[in-house]
Amino acid sequence: MTKPSKVLIIGSGPIIIGQAAEFDYAGTQACKAMKEEGVTSVLVNSNPATIMTDADVADVIYIEPLTVDVVSRIIERERPDGLLPTLGGQTGLNLAVDLADAGVLDKYDVRLLGTPLETIRKAEDRELFGKLLAEIGEPTPESETVTSLADAKAVATRLGLPLVIRPAYTLGGTGGGVATTEEELERTVTSGLAASPIGQVLVERYLRGWKEIEYEVMRDANDTCITICNMENLDPMGVHTGDSIVVAPSQTLTDKEYQMLRTASLKIIRALGVEGGCNVQLALAPRPEIAPWPLPDDGYPPYYVIEVNPRVSRSSALASKATGYPIARVAAKIAVGKRLDEIQNAVTQKTTAAFEPALDYVVVKIPRWPFDKFPKGDRTLGTQMKATGEVMAIDRSFEAALQKAVRSLEQGNRSLLWEDPAWQDNGALDGSIPATDDRLWRLMAALRRETPTMDLALRTGIDPWFLDKLAGIVAMERRLLAEPLAPELLRDAKRLGFSDEQIGVLAGELTERVRQRRIELGIRPVYKTVDTCAAEFDAATPYFYSTYGEENEAEPLTGDKALVIGSGPIRIGQGIEFDYCSVHAAWALQKAGYGAIIANSNPETVSTDFDTSDRLYFEPLDEESVRDILDNEAGPTQQFPPSIVQFGGQTAVNLATPLSLAAIPILGSSAEAIDMAEDRSRFEEFLAKLAIPQPPGAAVTNVDDALKTADVIAYPVLVRPSYVLGGRAMEIAQNAEELARYVEIAAEAGPNKPVLIDKYLEGREIEVDAVCDGEQVLIPGIMEHIERAGVHSGDSMAVYPPNHLTDSEIATIVDYTERIGLALRVSGLMNIQYVVVPSETGSDIYVLEVNPRSSRTIPFIAKVTGVPMVGLAAQVMLGHSLAEQGYRGGLQPQQDLVAVKAPAFSMSKLGGVDTYLGPEMKSTGEVMGVDHTFPAALAKALVSAELALPPGGGVLLSIADKHKREAEPIIRRLADAGFRLFATEGTAAMIAAFGLPVEQATKKLSEGHPNVVDVIQDGSVDGVINISEGRITGTLRDGFRLRRAAAERRIPCFTSLDTARAAVDALIAGDQAYTIQPLAEYLR
Amino acid sequence: MTAAHLILEDGTVFGGTAFGAAAEATGEVVFTTAMTGYQEALTDPSFAGQILTMTYPLQGNYGVNDLDSESARLQVRGFVVREDCELPSHWNSTGTLHGFLADAGIPGIAGVDTRALTRKIRSAGVMMGVISHGDSPDAALATLRTAPRYDGSDFVREVSATEASTWPHGDADAPRRNIVVLDLGVKHNILRILTRLGCEATTVPYTTIAEDILAMKPDGVVLSPGPGDPALLDAPLATVRGLIGRLPIFGICIGHQVLARACGAGTYKLKFGHRGANHPVRDAASGAVTITSQNHGYAVDPDGLASSVEVSHVHLNDGTCEGLRHRELPAFTIQYHSEASPGPHDSEFLFTRFLDMVEEAAR
Repeated sequence: MTKPSKVLIIGSGPIIIGQAAEFDYAGTQACKAMKEEGVTSVLVNSNPATIMTDADVADVIYIEPLTVDVVSRIIERERPDGLLPTLGGQTGLNLAVDLADAGVLDKYDVRLLGTPLETIRKAEDRELFGKLLAEIGEPTPESETVTSLADAKAVATRLGLPLVIRPAYTLGGTGGGVATTEEELERTVTSGLAASPIGQVLVERYLRGWKEIEYEVMRDANDTCITICNMENLDPMGVHTGDSIVVAPSQTLTDKEYQMLRTASLKIIRALGVEGGCNVQLALAPRPEIAPWPLPDDGYPPYYVIEVNPRVSRSSALASKATGYPIARVAAKIAVGKRLDEIQNAVTQKTTAAFEPALDYVVVKIPRWPFDKFPKGDRTLGTQMKATGEVMAIDRSFEAALQKAVRSLEQGNRSLLWEDPAWQDNGALDGSIPATDDRLWRLMAALRRETPTMDLALRTGIDPWFLDKLAGIVAMERRLLAEPLAPELLRDAKRLGFSDEQIGVLAGELTERVRQRRIELGIRPVYKTVDTCAAEFDAATPYFYSTYGEENEAEPLTGDKALVIGSGPIRIGQGIEFDYCSVHAAWALQKAGYGAIIANSNPETVSTDFDTSDRLYFEPLDEESVRDILDNEAGPTQQFPPSIVQFGGQTAVNLATPLSLAAIPILGSSAEAIDMAEDRSRFEEFLAKLAIPQPPGAAVTNVDDALKTADVIAYPVLVRPSYVLGGRAMEIAQNAEELARYVEIAAEAGPNKPVLIDKYLEGREIEVDAVCDGEQVLIPGIMEHIERAGVHSGDSMAVYPPNHLTDSEIATIVDYTERIGLALRVSGLMNIQYVVVPSETGSDIYVLEVNPRSSRTIPFIAKVTGVPMVGLAAQVMLGHSLAEQGYRGGLQPQQDLVAVKAPAFSMSKLGGVDTYLGPEMKSTGEVMGVDHTFPAALAKALVSAELALPPGGGVLLSIADKHKREAEPIIRRLADAGFRLFATEGTAAMIAAFGLPVEQATKKLSEGHPNVVDVIQDGSVDGVINISEGRITGTLRDGFRLRRAAAERRIPCFTSLDTARAAVDALIAGDQAYTIQPLAEYLR
Repeated sequence: MTAAHLILEDGTVFGGTAFGAAAEATGEVVFTTAMTGYQEALTDPSFAGQILTMTYPLQGNYGVNDLDSESARLQVRGFVVREDCELPSHWNSTGTLHGFLADAGIPGIAGVDTRALTRKIRSAGVMMGVISHGDSPDAALATLRTAPRYDGSDFVREVSATEASTWPHGDADAPRRNIVVLDLGVKHNILRILTRLGCEATTVPYTTIAEDILAMKPDGVVLSPGPGDPALLDAPLATVRGLIGRLPIFGICIGHQVLARACGAGTYKLKFGHRGANHPVRDAASGAVTITSQNHGYAVDPDGLASSVEVSHVHLNDGTCEGLRHRELPAFTIQYHSEASPGPHDSEFLFTRFLDMVEEAAR
């Protein structure tokens, strides 16, 4: 095969559940591989918060929608001779297949690189895949497709219950499920047949309690096949692997079982003809007590092949970080014609990529679920993934890896000791223990109440090996409660992964005392290397994890150095943007001649790629672990290297105070400045001194004070707890009743922290990021939100440059920003949110919030203005002024482009979660549309965020009385554009009064048909505009079912008139030409 | 918990806790990077005379069973682990790792920083060591000083069968071919595979001379793997010389080394050997790379090899000789373990290749 000279790489678009930061990691690795191979890389992605879309990474970068039309135009323009389809997740893969089907690849003579198209189809199509496996004699669970209940019952008689019912062609398993009884079978098959547009369901044997095992395998064109890693899911079959706790390597498999499944996996990739990486999921017979099966006489139990993904995946990112073997990079090289034995092992730099990593540690991955934000969502775990991100921890025992992973989740201070108060009740832990986000804690609680491990194994299907390990942790808890804290006990507890805080709680000591005591006793973690070869060869790569062993391999890095504290797992409110910032911070340190050290716990990211920094510590981001790292780097001289906390989101910022208290230096804005901005009363005083207005309000600690404050400032008021992330528990209260209720909720979310009550100002929201060096404040640009204040900034669409601000408003915003930055003594980045409220004199501008740290919008604003914000900020922190770096303060000249940032949601995957947008953030990712005009940029952003209305369809409207007048022009425009209008009773009456045709759909689901859910489910409408008022007393509750129906049908549902207006505008402007060009060409 | 120590001949002491039998043991300390298969390793005759450490920290997770032993007894002198699992879980487990060692009189030591130990061996090379249970390691150090050296010992004598025997096979499928296995430390899986492939597999003691083997009128000979220095194996060398060209031969591991010597090559000791389930080997003819299971401390030096014999396989990491092929006569050998157990099954096809050669020779 000849090597291509120019390769198109398709990214995965916005972060959504099931497609997170792992594809930025994969894409970035692919670009690096292309560079090494001398191949030009052309990258397209709609997600600006990615490293792969940076000029340093790819050669040509397009931030454009991922559609066949757009990518065809890119291909026409760039004329790549190859396309890498397997690195951009399901999105990238599907798009590549669509491009091939549309004949675009043939037309422009673009070769699909790596795994052939035929293979992709064989692996993705259930029927073709089943046929292939049958041909090569690999077993799949018995199944049959049926079109009637009678047929389903016949299959059930043959296969026996339980069964999995999978409706054909529905998204996210809608209507399907597990049937364990006759009644459930009838119910599930009936609902499944109804949900399937072709009235077909797959009835499959449910392998309840079977072990779920994954193999990450690779193959090159020379037919060399290797296994990178195998992984064992702690949760047995039935829970999506993305929602399972996963351990690498497998723990409970004999060599026979390990090799049997390895052989099967390699046989499959050979038969498929994969060229690159591939993930194989298998089910293996468990202990017969858990699920009976006939015992073999040769040691080889039965297994089934469940699924194959012929591309890099979340699992392959995990496997890469778990082993040190860079799967995406090697897969990209295979795709351009390299053989495995021609690719160097980047870790040892002596051996080649043709080998299988040997692990000498245990890796535990735990998913990060969004239920802290959506406590009322459906928390059961099943075949539809719900986690937004994940954490990984490494240690030399399972217990320690597990406990470090739990600490890495950053769910409050929730260690394994946490228990739900409801579990205190008698019998609360009896009966079944379904898979939920808190099952691990539930199991711990049951073990504390003396439940036998085999009993729990039978109730959950979890192998007793894991449960015995948990029981061992409980036994240590008892020792810590009962025995004096002797050196041996302390050492044993640390080896089992107990944190100083846990030990302190159990032994009745202060955390800091525990730390001091163990340091006096010389009980410190050592750091071992992840080297792919279990120490058989010397490793060149400094990738470390802590353990309580003897030999320390991480001698302090010599020379000037600094620690960049990362942002942990991807969650709503703290996404990939902060990983982008962490990576840039590391690069900036290196540029300044510093050794860059990164600490992070997220395996999906670029920051945890071992060649991003000079040294990587894969560790929880809590005080204990970060101080241990700094102790290690300080070495015998006790000279702590400085830490950078302002790029790792709230995770890192929260460490500012503890590190300062421990006398550890922090680069950039001080803990003092951070506290000043976050402490309501200090901040109020600070702004008052500067004579900069902020909405009137106060911090209160009880309901009475809250009501008094609200009476003074008048309703509506905005209420939120201090010191929380992403607007958690933030609400708008219209009256006293609502306020009282909200204050209670907020107090629960942040106990002992004051609750902030502010006047809610309905105005235009403005966001500014800036770099401050103490002398000057550089503002790359101003962003204006499309939604009025009240929708969380992370869920708002933002426009650069602002299109409604007057020169004097801009001048005021720049003035305020400069004065705040200088007075707060910000060193580095700062983000300010303003609201512009119309007044008699024109407008008033209020400061809503100041955050002296990097923000969600940094990648966006850096990309659209060309100002390298993180790099500048990092240099400032190291003492190089903006002037020294060749930059002047103030607002930078405006770019001749328009860019729109839009949120992306994962609502279809989170049952029971209300999609209504308010002050609490709900989006999981973001996209960017850029063009020369606002309508074109907006249209691109909406298309990329899947918020675009298709021309000429149907729209369902349900608009609260208060907003009806404001909605009139939007409704008229929709009608003009040829939309069929559907509306609830009151809204329909109004539309009819306009003299427009409208079809009524009743709001009350029990009162006849068609109701609002019917018209969504039957496909009559392509979008919903649902404007409510009041969260409890108002109309909001009524719309819940309607909004959920829209989410499950995956059609846009607008809950703000501002967004709806923008979507309609974009639709009307949709005909006009849009530009397709590299990002660099938009910039001056 | 009883304390235990592992002391190396250079004076390095590793502390830990005792498990297995309360005994003292000396031997050459080696590591394997295979992540599974401790029972197979403990019973592999090629580990005779050695104290084994597994680089994977958790051992004993799935217990021990009646199916996974590679010989009739434990072969290692001692076992060194980071963590010994006391509560194994598996459907075919019949006991714990601790019980397995204790019953066989083999001492173990747990809680050792096995990665530090591995790094030591990797950089300094394999060396003698002693495992001692109890608080003081001093007496053990004295034992170590007087213990016989691994290098000069003939372990094949220890592990080889003393009389011929045939591996049991079902009557339903009558065996087609008789294969003699020269037992230099055979692993049961070689016999299982041969039997599964329709052979009657008969092991003979390592001292069996060529004439006696020929008198058995077998269709082919497998030279088994085994422990120790191949240069010490004079009797098998003579036997192999007498068989080349007269019977199809398949040599595995030390069997490969003996055949190499018979064809003029020398052997030498590797610094820390090849032990693990992830060793990449390139087929010199096709360029294909196979992941192999390996367990050897010595290697063949192909210099001096007769021109009729070629190096067929090479280790991808260090370029050492991993296989030989006779250009004219039906004989080939591999340094790695086609019988796996533990390790990847990717090379099992070599048994079929051997049997094809046997069929061809029979024609």
